[in-house]
Amino acid sequence: MSNPVQIGVFSVSDITTDPTTDRTPSEHERIKASVAIAKKAEDVGLDVFAIGEHHNPPFFSSSPTTTLSYIAAQTERIILSTATTLITTNDPVKIAEDFAMLQHLADGRADLMLGRGNTGPVYPWFGQDIRNGINLAIENYALLHRLWRETDVDWDGRFRTPLAGFTSTPRPLDDVPPFVWHGSIRSPEIAEQAAYYGDGFFHNNIFWTMSHTRQMIDLYRRRYEHYGHGAYHQAIVGLGGQFFMRPNSQDAWREFRPYFDKAPVYGHGPSMEEFTSATPLTVGSPQQVLERTLGFREAVGDYQRQLFLIDHAGLPLKTVLEQLDLLGEILPAMRAGFAEGRPTDVPDAPTHPSRVAAAGGPRDSTRYAEPDAVTGRAVEYN
Amino acid sequence: MKIVAVSAGAANPSSTRKLTDRVLAAVAERLPNAEIRVIDVREFGQDLLTATTSGLRSDRLTAALEAAADAAGLIAVTPVFNGSYSGLFKLFFDVLDEGSLANVPVLLGATGGTARHSLAIDQTMVPLFFYLRARPLPWPIYAATGDWADPGSLDARVRQAADALAAEVSGERVESGRVRLHPSHDFTLTSSLEEMLANVGRAETV
Repeated sequence: MSNPVQIGVFSVSDITTDPTTDRTPSEHERIKASVAIAKKAEDVGLDVFAIGEHHNPPFFSSSPTTTLSYIAAQTERIILSTATTLITTNDPVKIAEDFAMLQHLADGRADLMLGRGNTGPVYPWFGQDIRNGINLAIENYALLHRLWRETDVDWDGRFRTPLAGFTSTPRPLDDVPPFVWHGSIRSPEIAEQAAYYGDGFFHNNIFWTMSHTRQMIDLYRRRYEHYGHGAYHQAIVGLGGQFFMRPNSQDAWREFRPYFDKAPVYGHGPSMEEFTSATPLTVGSPQQVLERTLGFREAVGDYQRQLFLIDHAGLPLKTVLEQLDLLGEILPAMRAGFAEGRPTDVPDAPTHPSRVAAAGGPRDSTRYAEPDAVTGRAVEYN
Repeated sequence: MKIVAVSAGAANPSSTRKLTDRVLAAVAERLPNAEIRVIDVREFGQDLLTATTSGLRSDRLTAALEAAADAAGLIAVTPVFNGSYSGLFKLFFDVLDEGSLANVPVLLGATGGTARHSLAIDQTMVPLFFYLRARPLPWPIYAATGDWADPGSLDARVRQAADALAAEVSGERVESGRVRLHPSHDFTLTSSLEEMLANVGRAETV
């Protein structure tokens, strides 16, 4: 039984000093905290936990599928995903392999969001150049798309060494690849890519005004319809967001202000007042968070996934878990709000079971070795 | 219509001259009826020194200077020496009569060891041609040694510069390339995914 709109949380895996205590957690603490957050998210009834990917301090999540598998083993219902998986600096072969593995281990409770990554120095560490970002994103995904759907792949592109007769393993669970969301803040080329393949489009909706977000999603929806995957209003859209709430709105403002002011990404810029009025960041009471979130539909239409950045800016684990409790309390009202006025022909959020059903049922796509015609024994690969 | 290139390469063979010829070829393609002339400043070294120190100007130097002054469009190419255009390059333009290049559109090119010196065009050549009241076009062409091994990116810049000069001398307005080089608040989609995939193999225009 799955929800038409998947509501969840994500972490970008930053290791940030708590500005109220001047204490910086260790990598170990943050890694363990992310597992605790994911488990709590499932406990309060959320649908998705996603983690980012980074390859430099002050972040810890360099191996997302390792973390997500560990979480999958300790959970039963929540969908594990990423925010984002780097489609630029990762070898598409490795992405195909790692996420197919996760898919099997998690019994289908896995999908992924692809992003380009905006940290310049990371690119040359992996043999690439940030100026090729868009080209990398489209060429690498073209290969990834094929690897999950074809065996004996021949490939000759610009960015990766050629492949001849390559089959990635394991094959996707039930022969249905994990659902892919393409994340982009400002690149129409990525909205176009998502639309072309009929994949989902995710806008992080955090640092920009809703009008920005609306334009990108409008482009994706128009192109989705252009490519014949469905009508404009039926495209698969996801949004990010961020909140900090306390039962009393003034308490929320007072408590979050030092975190906001010193946060690596927000701090030393526009004030919290300016920021919360111009962007989707909501600081206040649960009712305010509920109303603001339900208002996003006015800009982007009925959508399928809403994720909130939950542990940023040095918030201690105890506080994050309290935020999850508060989110859990407004969750039923949020779901009811999303359902209100939702046309019946707007698709539900994609899940593995729904995608298997749409594909006509599961298929075992294991490639078994052919037995030798003389000895009757299967070939052994050393 | 006359197009003149002033090339100040010091060596022979010279990568400065190589760059000049490459740019000229692209310009000639776009202006098939133009009269093209190359002034290799190296050949006028002695004459330029004599003209500078004694005021005496040889006939052959005079002819070269007049050709430059007569051009509808100019291409000026120098090696980068000590972070700037070379002395030999400067000598030519010091001897040239004041006002000769007023309002003339100019493409600026330079060669060097690594790409780290490419701003020598922006920071030393542009001010010089501004002083001469010429109109340097904002399509600098810098070639580092490595560009000769893999000229894809260099050729993209040569093409854009040649487009600009040809349009300028023909009185047309250049539409710059379709590639969005920098992120912006404009979300206009300029190519379909299939077009983008087909162009992945082409070198970047930067």
